[in-house]
Amino acid sequence: MILTINGEKCQLADGTVLTAYLEERGYRPDLIAVELNRNIVPKKLYGETVLSDGDELEVVTFMGGG
Amino acid sequence: MLSKEELRGVRVARHGEEVQQKLESAHVAICGLGGLGSNVAFFLTRIGVGHLHLIDFDRVDPSNLNRQQYAVRHLGMYKTQALAEQLLEIDPYIDLRCDCLKITEGNAGTLFDEETIICEAFDVPEAKAMLVNYCLEHYPEKYIVSASGMAGFGDSNSIKTQKITSHFILCGDQVSEIRENYGLMAPRVAIAAAHEANAITSIILEKPVC
Repeated sequence: MILTINGEKCQLADGTVLTAYLEERGYRPDLIAVELNRNIVPKKLYGETVLSDGDELEVVTFMGGG
Repeated sequence: MLSKEELRGVRVARHGEEVQQKLESAHVAICGLGGLGSNVAFFLTRIGVGHLHLIDFDRVDPSNLNRQQYAVRHLGMYKTQALAEQLLEIDPYIDLRCDCLKITEGNAGTLFDEETIICEAFDVPEAKAMLVNYCLEHYPEKYIVSASGMAGFGDSNSIKTQKITSHFILCGDQVSEIRENYGLMAPRVAIAAAHEANAITSIILEKPVC
């Protein structure tokens, strides 16, 4: 399946769960906010959110400084 | 002493009556009063935003002086108090609410009852992520304006404003993290702060943020 992730087209295996994608890419859950099709995904739902073809996923990583 | 009417008059002459009315009735929470938050507060006070809620648990430290809106005379003071004092020098009639506390998921529940716009201006990345997630999950009707990636100097034009969702605005370059010999410096942090303040102004005035 093809998704748009952070603005770029990406191919992922069918049925990929959000947690698996985030772990594989090395994202730290305590440093990110995830929007799926422009809606926030609550952290407690990362493990049960199944990505689908055509989804738009945005992973925002917060970095230190302010 | 400058009267409230005189101060309002010079703003209306520059901004227009309708704009000024909207700014005066706006309520904005500023979470973290460091390089981002102190500058955002200065900007919003200058244009006449009526109600600011200043939140920070920390005191002014010498390490803050390279980029935050404090002076030697403020060292050791709570940032809420040091900033409020200065904002009242710029606008003696602004309505300020100060909370000297550390925002957590435990106390954020009723903290922003009066505000429609929340400015994330922390420095610790875990705190930034916590506040943005909390607000998007629990306050879908409020706007959260956040900043990430502003360390170092140069490359002014890579700092931008992005609309991630209808109510989540992200400023910064998304890459410049603090590292050794590449810390935060006043000009570039102020650019990010100005992006946040400008986005907040646009939201108040019901115009596109970017």
